[in-house]
Amino acid sequence: MPVPRKEGRDKVTGRARYIDDIVMPGMLYGTTVRSTIPRGKIRKITFGDGVAWDEFVVVSATDIPGANCVALIADDQPYLANEVVNHPEEPILLLAHSNQHALTKAVNAITIEYDPLPAVFTIEESERQAEIIWGTDNTFKRFLVEKGDVDAVWAKAHYIVEGEYMTGAQEQLYIENNGVISSFDHEGGVTVWGSLQCPYYVHKALMKLFTFPEDKVRVVQAETGGAFGGKEDYPSIIAGHAALLSMKSGKPVKIVYDRMEDMAATTKRHPSRTRHRTAVSRDGKILGGEIDFVVDGGAYATLSSVVLSRGTIHAGGPYYWPNIRIRAKAVATNAPPHGAFRGFGAPQSLFAMERHMDRIAATVGLSPVEIRRRNFLKTGQTTTTEQTIHEPIDLVQLLDRALALADYHAKKERFRKEKENESATPKKGIGFAAFLHGAGFTGSGERYLASVVGVEGCANGRVRVLVSSTEFGQGTKTVLCQIAAETLDLPYEEVDIAPADTGEVPNSGPTVASRTVMVVGKLVQSAARGIQQTLIASGLLREGYSRDEFRRACAKYVAERGEFKSWARYEPPPGIFWDDEKYRGEAYAAYAWAVYVAEVTVDLTTYSVKVDDFVALQEVGKVLHPVLARGQITGGVAQGLGFALYEKVLWQDGRMQNGQMTNYIMPTSADLPPIRVYFEELGNEHGAFGAKGIGELPMDGPAPAIVSAIEDALGIGFNTVPLLPEDIFEATLARARTTNRGRALQGVR
Amino acid sequence: MNTPPAQCEVSFTVNGTKQVVRAYPMERLLDVLRHRLGLTGTKEGCGEGECGSCSVLMDGMLVNSCLVPLLQAQGARIVTVEGLAKGSQLHALQQALLECGGAQCGICTPGFLMAALHLLNEKPQPTVEDIKEGLAGNLCRCTGYAQICEAVAQAAVGVDIRENDR
Repeated sequence: MPVPRKEGRDKVTGRARYIDDIVMPGMLYGTTVRSTIPRGKIRKITFGDGVAWDEFVVVSATDIPGANCVALIADDQPYLANEVVNHPEEPILLLAHSNQHALTKAVNAITIEYDPLPAVFTIEESERQAEIIWGTDNTFKRFLVEKGDVDAVWAKAHYIVEGEYMTGAQEQLYIENNGVISSFDHEGGVTVWGSLQCPYYVHKALMKLFTFPEDKVRVVQAETGGAFGGKEDYPSIIAGHAALLSMKSGKPVKIVYDRMEDMAATTKRHPSRTRHRTAVSRDGKILGGEIDFVVDGGAYATLSSVVLSRGTIHAGGPYYWPNIRIRAKAVATNAPPHGAFRGFGAPQSLFAMERHMDRIAATVGLSPVEIRRRNFLKTGQTTTTEQTIHEPIDLVQLLDRALALADYHAKKERFRKEKENESATPKKGIGFAAFLHGAGFTGSGERYLASVVGVEGCANGRVRVLVSSTEFGQGTKTVLCQIAAETLDLPYEEVDIAPADTGEVPNSGPTVASRTVMVVGKLVQSAARGIQQTLIASGLLREGYSRDEFRRACAKYVAERGEFKSWARYEPPPGIFWDDEKYRGEAYAAYAWAVYVAEVTVDLTTYSVKVDDFVALQEVGKVLHPVLARGQITGGVAQGLGFALYEKVLWQDGRMQNGQMTNYIMPTSADLPPIRVYFEELGNEHGAFGAKGIGELPMDGPAPAIVSAIEDALGIGFNTVPLLPEDIFEATLARARTTNRGRALQGVR
Repeated sequence: MNTPPAQCEVSFTVNGTKQVVRAYPMERLLDVLRHRLGLTGTKEGCGEGECGSCSVLMDGMLVNSCLVPLLQAQGARIVTVEGLAKGSQLHALQQALLECGGAQCGICTPGFLMAALHLLNEKPQPTVEDIKEGLAGNLCRCTGYAQICEAVAQAAVGVDIRENDR
């Protein structure tokens, strides 16, 4: 029986305290006045009649004591717009009042007049550069990956296959909206409690906002009701806002967004466009190719460069490219900045790669299975960034096993026969996707992070894990305690984890990038070993100790010598090399590998798609907690299914029009197939007990697998997600028109 | 200035305890539970009856407490997540949710527990389809629902759920 979730009891009894469950004495409620236009100069702000303005605390850009920029990568995004706005929903003013219900009326009484400026809303408009809205060329970041000699392959190619693939924005849709509470005093500094993933990101941002030293900023994570990347960078903004209101009022201030504000104003998955041009040999081998990958970053740089990086590195999929050129860029549009969402660029570029593989297969006249068999990466070969794959991964075997588990071949044949009956309105199809996901920060990222983890032996003889890694559903607390317990040969119940409070725990890096179990877990292992070794070396503990002996030894150590903490800092493993300039080298310390198979029914009366069965097979190094690991996969698959079939952000002039759960549709229990999860375990020397990261992996595969299955069902190759019934209807209609015209023309002749 | 609407006195029971609340008649039951009675286990996810995080039982019916004006709760028997466990003894559904991994971030968990309780009250021996259908009014972004459904199935075996609908 796997160990129980550390905070599970509090969650099932309703005792867990999320930010909106916390009230502080004298607390005010804050809200944000936002821009209603996509781009323009602020001309005039009028505070209208009928509101007792003297009861309100009002903060504008001029109140900011430090830098009016959200510290992240580039310092281009203001906390509060001062003279210009660059996207709808951009924060301009902050209001606070002791009565939450007084805020709406006050916001409505404020009129902001603008001199509008021309705005851009699509990747294409941004590329055209008719209007420069960011920097000198509307481009946040570019990458170029080059391997071999692509220019020489075209002459040798038997087939040249081209395609363009698009993915839409996707809302993280954590069920708990963004929210924080702040308190402020000029002596002690600022404290923020919030629903967030990365306490030290917020810490860094607040230091810059107030020009405070480290010790005058404290950030504490409250219980967090889902995040998925959506609470990676955005909490720095809402935390800054609440803190500014606290500073001005001298009181604690709570800001909790409602659903519509959260959906319209906060980050989403980057929309993307990928173009492939591939040289293929007569027998279906990839000779080389060019990939052009573009993401829409929204109005400010935020995390776009890093999202782009991961998308770029994953763009070649799990295939061997002897020659490749990947050109990638993140461009600016006048929409709220897009940000982190599980997968972080990889679901976008992998969708394109997998759809393109199916197109190559069709062009060459091979099955989707055979084309992949002939092009899979093998041990000893190099990736697009020339990283040699050392682990003994056998993707052909992984594919075969997934297909066998899904009964793929028999079903494919059966559905083919059923489709011979043209009048049948439900059409069935089966498809799959093969993919990989790199764990941990990209390239030199982990080296720059230089994460620190502590394990503490406490006065009562128990052990405590000290990390800033946060729990928001994945099981961080559980698995890190499990790793410490196993390392120390103690029962799981003997290990606690400290609150994610920057006043108490070291910076173990952000809780993102599928890095917690693999990278932070490995450091926990190492720090825990330090505790054990110290106790043994001090003569207080013998090898082969019991739980009670450990407790006594630990308590005695603290009583005699005081604080007992063991630290571990990330050291780059030998042989890991990354060139940030050329984008070449060991992009990730480890990759997880997967093949997902989807079976669908397309109803040609309603044009809706139902996924009937789903097989998710992945190699993840080592499964540390079977229940949590499976939960990560089923949850990721559900989000991927939403990405593929339901979740469409409707944009108008850079603003989300359907920011409600009523009209932005995510899957319910009734929409999902059985999700059958299988693991393979090859181990991983870079992860705790051989684990690799798995958090993001399951987001990558569902969309291409489902769209491939729809192609199998209908014979129409769709290249865009989300794929809604109306899209399928239109495409079916267009095909019918073409066929009829063809028939009519034949008749004339 | 308009005169504010008058407050009224509304009485009902929550988890077996009688409550008398003086509040505005159109206040949301959700806010009354959370802010006036301190029962913060009931969560707000969307405020428009889509996500089910604010689900409670009202006279045995499953309702979204964000859509129920307080006035409507006059005389009602309300059960919230806080009413499930008996002291430190978890309800079978809570225990099953823990064991099966049905609670991840936990924000939707109280709502799912109420929906599951309602389902088992109506259908003590639900099929898998009954469970999927019975929970379809509640949104969970973490789990993909599989482990929640399994927990409900596990709890359904040989448990007298009804006694909890006080």
